[in-house]
Amino acid sequence: MDYLLMFLYAVAVLIVLLGGVTFAILAERKVIGYIQLRPGPNRHGPWGTAQTIADVVKLLLKEDIIPAKADKKIFVLAPVLAFAPAFSVMAVLVYSSSIGGADINIGVLYFLGVSSITMLGVLMGGWSSNNKYALLGSIRGVAQMVSYELPLILSIVGIIILVGSLNMTDIVNYQADMGMWFIVPQFLAFIVYMISSIAELNRSPFDLPEAESELVAGYFTEYSGFRFAMFMLAEYTYAIAIAGLATTLFLGGWLGPAFLPGIVWFLLKVCAVMFIWFWLTATLPRARVDQLMNFGWKVLIPLALLNIVVTAIIKVWMG
Amino acid sequence: MAELKTETMTLNMGPQHPSTHGVFRLQLKVDGETIVEAVPIMGYLHRGSEKLAEGFLYSQFIPYTDRLDYLNAMTNNYIYCAAIEELLEWDIPERAEYLRVITMELNRIASHLVWWGTYLLDIGAMSPFLYAFRDRETILDRLNEISGARMTFNYHRIGGVKWDAPEGWIAKVQETVKELYENIQTFDTLVTGNEIFQARTIGVGRLSKEDVINWGLSGPIARGSGIDIDIRKTEPYSLYDRFDFDVVTEEEGDVYARYKVRIGEMFQSLKIIEQACDQIPDGDIITKKGKRIMMIKPPAGEVYKRAEASKGEIGVYAISNGKNKPYRIKLRRPSFVNVSILQALLVGESIQNLVAIFGSLDVVLGEVDA
Repeated sequence: MDYLLMFLYAVAVLIVLLGGVTFAILAERKVIGYIQLRPGPNRHGPWGTAQTIADVVKLLLKEDIIPAKADKKIFVLAPVLAFAPAFSVMAVLVYSSSIGGADINIGVLYFLGVSSITMLGVLMGGWSSNNKYALLGSIRGVAQMVSYELPLILSIVGIIILVGSLNMTDIVNYQADMGMWFIVPQFLAFIVYMISSIAELNRSPFDLPEAESELVAGYFTEYSGFRFAMFMLAEYTYAIAIAGLATTLFLGGWLGPAFLPGIVWFLLKVCAVMFIWFWLTATLPRARVDQLMNFGWKVLIPLALLNIVVTAIIKVWMG
Repeated sequence: MAELKTETMTLNMGPQHPSTHGVFRLQLKVDGETIVEAVPIMGYLHRGSEKLAEGFLYSQFIPYTDRLDYLNAMTNNYIYCAAIEELLEWDIPERAEYLRVITMELNRIASHLVWWGTYLLDIGAMSPFLYAFRDRETILDRLNEISGARMTFNYHRIGGVKWDAPEGWIAKVQETVKELYENIQTFDTLVTGNEIFQARTIGVGRLSKEDVINWGLSGPIARGSGIDIDIRKTEPYSLYDRFDFDVVTEEEGDVYARYKVRIGEMFQSLKIIEQACDQIPDGDIITKKGKRIMMIKPPAGEVYKRAEASKGEIGVYAISNGKNKPYRIKLRRPSFVNVSILQALLVGESIQNLVAIFGSLDVVLGEVDA
């Protein structure tokens, strides 16, 4: 019975996620469209709502091309390996006080550990394509993800020190007890988290692994049809997951005035975080690899460490 | 510790690549992302324009000049016509010259806007690209109204211009100038101070004055390295000596300096258009002889005439043997000359800097591969 429930929960999350990704793509195009003084998709369905559905159908019906000299097994496996961890982390997100997946006491650790496997998919995709642009893109991607994993994790440590638990429900409950979301006392950590998450997600201004004007499309240059769609799906699923984690850690999860149910608050906060990313995509130019690395190692990591030290001192001082 | 052994890899950037601004091919040898050697390979767009000229009547070659630097067709039109006019020793009606200046300067802004947009696209910002094209559209509307075309204008004629400005056109241009002034100001505010943009451009692709002179570079690239040469000022042609404008120069010689020069030049062009619109007199728009296309037969002789195009010095060297077709036309195309520095400039740079440097040269491949 438990297994059946787990399976049904996974299917439900997957369906919601597919819808979420579809509309996240639509929302991104709309938001960027408005910023760039153009309407964005508006032909299919009201407000263009059927546009990305049409895109998905088109992608799935496209010919599946595998380059003749590609390493076929790895080429085929790469998008799956990129998507699977991004989806797996959804298991520990808690959407409201009553809706959530596995309520494990190492939730945050699981999230960060599993999500970092995505980089393997990126590396495999770029390597197996037998395309130099793809290779360069994947190497950039891995370097970037490895570098930014550190500040991302370090930025969370402050919260863990305060709460004394890695359990997501505990973290939200602590914020409820405190009467304040962690974005206020952990503001520095929030900034570090947001910047590193942008780099983790390969989003602008850190979209180096796919940098169109330099590497054509980076690590997924050779991917077409549904395999390309898998990479896109992985990217957006991971984006939603990271936004979900930000909501839980810094924005009080499902907490909010009672006139809306907790899950709605949770989703609204996820949307708000994602909106910031879309906004940045439309606004900023792309950073250079060395600048990106320098920023990660020389600015974000020291800042995150400073936050940990200060938080620890305050924690001891408060008893 | 023993040094890590690495191997170089050959990477073909182009001819089909999003940031080669046309069909340009760069054969790179890269060590990781560092460029060890860069060989530009041109000719994918070669059309033999200069040779074609020998088979046409003088005026029939004008449309071919549009297609060289297709982003700055008016100046190309002008310089070819002006060269032939000098062979013919014709005087051009004043109104025609004013219309020429207005159209050329509008076209210069349109060309710089395309550069601005695509350059930022190269650096990874997409919004400016769309903003720039919105304003370029406004300019193209004006040029469309006067010439009937949106890109290959073919408006200037030997002896004047093809048509007079339509009713109310000058007033419309004045409105456009006001609008552009505000919008370009916004662009400047939006991008020039952006920290990521500055980090990507300051100190990158530095060109010294000596480099510029030795490689024969011209236009905003030369002015970005502190060389105060603008043919509109140093050797005024058409009516440029009647207008009050400045030559924009920057000292640093890097990509950022070239960016600032082009932004500054757009404001100067607006200033020129404003003055030209105020001063333009009524009168003929083409000399009587100019209307008889078949009869254009310059006396035997040769001429070199040059002008300041949006990308640098554009020149036409024409030889006439007294017949109704040119004996020889040689074109000095600024992009062709400017792109030659690339191989020297790229060694030791990263692929990301390559895109920034190449973009800063503002190359149009139609002009490189004439």
